[in-house]
Formats: sequence, C-alpha cells, structure tokens
Amino acid sequence: MTENRVGVYICHCGHNIAGTVDVEEVALWAAGLPHVAVSRDYKFMCSSLGQELVEADIKEQHLTHVVVAACSPHMHEPTFRQACERAGLNPYLFEMANIREHASWVHPNDRAAATDKAKAIISGSVRRVLELSPLEPLRAPIHETTLVVGGGIAGINTALEIANAGHPVVLVEREPSIGGHMAQFDKTFPTLDCAACILTPKMFEVGMHPNIKLLTYSEVEQVDGYVGNFTVRIRKKARKINTELCTGCGDCWGRCPAKVVDNIYEAGIGYRTAIYRQFPQAVPKYPVIDVETCIYYKNGKCKACEKFCPTGAIDFDQEDEIILMQAGNIVLATGYDLFDARRIPAYGYGRLANVFTSMEFERLTNATGPTGGKVVLRDGVTAPESVAIIHCVGSRDKNYNVYCSATCCMAALKFAHLVKEKTNAEVYNFYIDMRTAFKDYEAFYIRLMEEGTHFIRGRVAEVTDAARIPGEEGKLIVQAEDTLVGKQRRIPVDMVILMGAMEPKDDAKEVAYRFGIGCSEAGFFTERHPKLDPVATMSEGIFIAGACQGPKDIPATVGQGAAAAARVLSLIGQGVVEIEPVRAVIDESRCSGCRICNNLCPYNAIDYLEEEGVSRVNAALCKGCGTCVAACPSQVIQGQHYTFDSLMSQIEGLLYDVGNNQNGHVRVMEPEPV
Amino acid sequence: MAHDYNEFNPAWEERTPVIIGLLCNWCSYRAADLAGTSRFGYPATLRDLRIMCTGRLDPTFVVKALREGADGVLVMGCHPGQCHYDAGNYKAMRRMALLRRTLVQLGVHPDRVQLAWASASQGTVFTEMVKNMTETIARLGPLNWQDTAFDESQHKEMEAIRG
Repeated sequence: MTENRVGVYICHCGHNIAGTVDVEEVALWAAGLPHVAVSRDYKFMCSSLGQELVEADIKEQHLTHVVVAACSPHMHEPTFRQACERAGLNPYLFEMANIREHASWVHPNDRAAATDKAKAIISGSVRRVLELSPLEPLRAPIHETTLVVGGGIAGINTALEIANAGHPVVLVEREPSIGGHMAQFDKTFPTLDCAACILTPKMFEVGMHPNIKLLTYSEVEQVDGYVGNFTVRIRKKARKINTELCTGCGDCWGRCPAKVVDNIYEAGIGYRTAIYRQFPQAVPKYPVIDVETCIYYKNGKCKACEKFCPTGAIDFDQEDEIILMQAGNIVLATGYDLFDARRIPAYGYGRLANVFTSMEFERLTNATGPTGGKVVLRDGVTAPESVAIIHCVGSRDKNYNVYCSATCCMAALKFAHLVKEKTNAEVYNFYIDMRTAFKDYEAFYIRLMEEGTHFIRGRVAEVTDAARIPGEEGKLIVQAEDTLVGKQRRIPVDMVILMGAMEPKDDAKEVAYRFGIGCSEAGFFTERHPKLDPVATMSEGIFIAGACQGPKDIPATVGQGAAAAARVLSLIGQGVVEIEPVRAVIDESRCSGCRICNNLCPYNAIDYLEEEGVSRVNAALCKGCGTCVAACPSQVIQGQHYTFDSLMSQIEGLLYDVGNNQNGHVRVMEPEPV
Repeated sequence: MAHDYNEFNPAWEERTPVIIGLLCNWCSYRAADLAGTSRFGYPATLRDLRIMCTGRLDPTFVVKALREGADGVLVMGCHPGQCHYDAGNYKAMRRMALLRRTLVQLGVHPDRVQLAWASASQGTVFTEMVKNMTETIARLGPLNWQDTAFDESQHKEMEAIRG
C-alpha cells in the first residue's frame, strides 16, 4: 500500500473565518498531524485559484486524501469533489471540515476557543478522511415524464415549458380546474391588464397540449423512489361525471336546485350549485358534483342534473381512481393561502359587515364576480363613498408572520385605483412602509398619489362601528397613529379592505414531508440555496416554483416556473443521473442470516436469500440512512462513506486534545472482533 | 476563556467541557449551519460530526466518545414524524433509552448523553440545546471516564439514579 499523504487547506473566507480563527496558526499546526503532507491557508479556497491550488498539489505532491476546512459541506462539498476528480483523485477521498458555520460564525468573540475548535474539527476530518475508500457514483436513467403538482400560474408555466420542449408532463391539481389564485383576479398590477385575458389562453394550451396529461380534482398521496425514477400514487377524486360523454354544455348546473356559498373561487361572497364548474373558462370544461352539498347524496332524491343531461354523462356511482405513475422529476408549485383575517379581531372581519378581505374585493371588482364587477357594500347595492385599505394584515407582525408578503402594497395600489375608477370614493391607504420594488412599480405608486389617493403611514389599531362624534355615525371608523404627523387619527369610511398576508398552504408541512423536502420556520418550502439555487430543493429531482417557496407576485412566480422547467430539462437532457454512492453493503461471507436488518429498513431494500442464508441490500432501493449498519449484531453491514472505522476515527480526532489523548497522541483502536 | 465554568463546578480548573455532537445530515446538521449563518452564538463546547440519519447511531459511537475524553454526547435528529428516512429517529430513540440505562451501570450520569430534535429551520432550537447541554455538563463536572470508570465513589453516586 502506498503511503498516505493528506493535503489540508484552511480557507480564510475573506474575514468570515480568518476574522475569528487564527488560520495561519491552524495551518502550521495541521502540518504536524500524522500523514499530513501539505497544509496551507488561502484567502478563498472556493475560487478558481483555490481549487487550482488543490489540483496542483494532488498532482505534484501526490496527495492521497484532501481535507478542505472552510464552510458547510452543503455549500462547497461538490465544488471540491470536482476539483479532486479533475486532478485524478477519487472525489470520495475528500472531506470538508466545517469551520465557518460550526466555528468562526458561532464563536465570534472568542478567538482562542474558535481556533481550538477549528483544530479539533480539522483533526477529526483528517482522521476520518484516512479511513475513506474510493467510491463510484451510482448511475440511474432519468424517466422522461415530469410530475408538476399544482395548476396555478407557476405550475401551468412549468408544465408548458417542459411540454413545449417535447417531454411528457403530468399536471396534478387539487381543485376541479387549473388556474389557481390568478384566475380569481380581475386586473394585475402595475399594467392593469386583465388577469383572465393573459391566463386563460395558457390554461387552454395546457388542456389541449399533446404532451400534458392533466389530472384535476386529484391529489398526490404517496411518493417513492429517487431522482430519475419516482413512483407516484395519485388519487383522482370522483367527479361523478363521465368526462368521455360530457360536453360542458351547462344544462346540469343550470337546473341544480342546491345553491351553496362558494368559499373557494368566489371567496365566500358568491354562490354556486352543488354540481358546478368553478368559472366559465375552467380547464377542463367538465363540472363536478360536490357530494357534501348535493341533495341526492343527502336524501337519495333529486337527480335533476341526470334528467337534464343531454349526453347521459352524470355518474352518481363513480368512485375515486388510484393512478400509479413513474416520473423522473417533480416540480411542486402548490401556491399559498390567504391569511384568515378573523385572527385579528380588532379589524372586525366577520363581525363588521363592510370589512372585506383582499380576495373578496378581487371577486367584487371582477367582471365575472357576483356583482358583475360593481364595487358595492355587503348590501349589494350601495356604492361606498370612502374606502380604507389596511396594509400588512398578518404580515410584518410578530404576532402572526414576521415576513413581508411582498405583493400586498402593489395589490393595495391596484385596489385603490379600481375603487377610484369605479366609484370615485375617497381612498385611504394605511401602510407601514410602501414597498414597490421591481420594474415599473414605483411609477404606479406615483400615479396613484397623483390620482389623489390618501396615504397614511401607521399601523391601524382598530376598526370599529362605535361612533364618538356625529360624523362617524353609521360608518366604520379606522383608528391609527399617523406617524408622519405624530397624531392619532380616526377616519370614518364605508368600506375597509384588509390586505391579508400570503401564508404557506395549511398542509404545506405534510406535503413537504410526503415529497421529502424541508420547510422554513414560516412553513414555505426550503430551496437548496436562497440566492444561487432558488428552485431546487435538498432532495435531488424535486424542484419548487412560485408562492410555495415564499410570497411573490406573478412575474416572479412565472420566472420560477420557467426556471424549474429549465432545471428539469437539463436533467432530462443528461439522460442519466449520478447518485451519491452512500449505500449499505453486506459482507455476505460474514452475515449470519439473523434477518434483524430486514425489518428495520424503511425502504424494504434488504432481501433475505433463502438458499445462501444471508441478507443482501438492493442498491437501487437503499438510500443510505445507515439504520441497518448500526443494528447489525455482527457488524458486517458497511455504510459506505460513513463506515464504522471512519466515524470512530473522526471521534478520536475530534477529541485529540482531551483526556489521555493529549499532545496529539491518538490511541490505536483495538481491532474489531471478527 | 469567555466562559467561566468554575461557577458551575470547581472541577473545571484545568479545561472546559467537551461535548461530542452526532448530527443528522438533513435536519440538525442544517440547523447547526443555520445557527452559523444567523450568527447565533453558543459555547464552544460542541464538536460535531455528521451522520446521514440518527438511525445510523451506533451506541458504540457514544461509548467511544466518552472513553476518548468527551464529557457528554449530544445526538440530534429530525423531529419525530419528520425523519428524512421515514423513522430512523425512532430507532435512535430506542437505542438511546437502552444505552443510557447501560451507561448508568458504568458510572456515567444519564444526563451526559442526550437526544434532541431540531428541524433544518430551527437554528434557535439547536443553539438553545447546546447552551442547555453545556450548562448540564458544566454542573456535572468533568467526566474523565478513562480514569474514573472503575472509581468506587462514582459508582456510589450512581446508585441513587439506578434506584
């Protein structure tokens, strides 16, 4: 066996590490560790010059192992693995020592302690890297089909981009029609073009596209597998309509006697029937029977829709269908929920009739909405003479959500304009800060100020109907501190609109778990990197787009949809994907066949071979968690890259200066019993 | 030293507490990363290593760390029900329960070995856990198990816990 020659590289990371850890001293110290042939410190190891330094040393100094002490392996492990590979060193003989996130950044006021800890971390990594073995990544073909979950503007755009490139897409939507929140809007800021006019052609394109299989009124129940080869179980809920026969003529919902409040599409201010199509431009065009409100499912009578259906498409006995599919990549575009304004009782939503949510106002002002686009009070006839728009309802508020929902300022300006245009009412915007970033948004704000909309800087304390002076009688009084004037103001208005926060979907956490991705503290899906990889997730082959990743407006959502599609297309283009070879391997010559590991495996990846009397790991199913490795009573399952020896050595290294191990003396481990 | 552990226990005359952290790749290691990027300071007592899942937790690792001179071991994984590999953290839970009982019989206070959860977004939870554990270990004093494993006085102290 050749002599071990380890190269150790300490990164300054500008001042991020060097400002706290004495990197020169650490590099000098590391040079004295056993088997270390080269030890250097450098300003930015991840720069091309830093990488070239490693590459040159591997070639010229004949390094057998490399340790880079810098940031988290989640940041730059792939970078340095590639550098090793370029220089002809197996990338799995590289180890990252995390002395930034785990040392310099968390012990900023204690240079000595941070330096000591960096030494311990590097000592552990050097000991560990010596125990690593060269590995080859597993290669798996990429299934061409992509699953897109969520049929809002993000999912629609992703699906179209991939389908237009010639690859099959399955688009799953929970509601009976695609379109999402955008289909509910009337106008879009800052151009004020009609949302339906720009959205419905795309919806139609999705419905007609030969490469897109559309599954509406469906939900993903289970996801198994890995990048390139996911197996997905989808529940297609029973529409109670035979879509082969249905023409979408509308005779059925025209005759349905059950009128119910439409809490989804009409945001609770309009009605639909029990058999319904969400909106006229719905894709697909077929209606759906809501079994909760349908009279037939309550008392077994009615069937009006069946009687009047000219094609006999009503099927009361239709049952849910389970669809199993293979997908190479998955894009989640599951959108957001609007903040429930009832959670702030002081604003009176649900108690004071003329307090509206932003989505209610969208429907109110929409030409296809319940009032035909007339801006009126809850009585349905009176036009308001004054309207207050309250910003940051549930956003930028530590009682609810600390984040800024990013879209509400602009939506509030849009509302102010529409109110002014339709009713000529006085409009009061109560804001904390006006946030009109991005192209042409500020110009819209200036336009609104010129239109004569009032802007009052201050968070509203209360909306009340308790009048104090005659002018307030019969009005809603909005009380706020005008922080620019430094005075309390009470403004009587006829209508109040609450600009609710964009929140994660109520089931975002379950969905994240089902797809094996993470959620932020607020509940939005976590991206791989907040700046440089905003649509990928920590799970290979699973991407995110739109408001499920964080509050954003339509242009940003569309951009992310296209970005996610581009990421999927690049994987499909590669044809095969490399998977980390972190897998369990059983030494069958030493396996006693006790089968303890068989039942512990969460993926049923361990088979018992009856004839040989031993267990064997199916590498395609194994995900490398190591549960079986730890449980094997004979210690004959090896967890590749996280072997027993490598972890035991790392522990020794981490504790090089404690107990009896002081002065760099590391005790030799007893051989494990065979 | 920024921290004076003598306040907790005069036995910290010569050195500071050392805790070995076994962190799962998906949740708690990322929580530790987040604590770093958020610049949440915590005592420099923890020296961590990464395993893919707490299901990989071989009890030997804990015993090894204590034998090599650590004063405590902190194992952290994903919250129950959120394991990246379905249920590795439940397996860690079972192993830890058994291990702690065993360690008591070997003269190690059970609070020296702890299992906790932090999701990838819980940099604060991770930080608090390190602070709490450091305080616990600081009160218990140095373990020096290599020297004390067969020390009679230690065994008597444990008898109360054993019940």
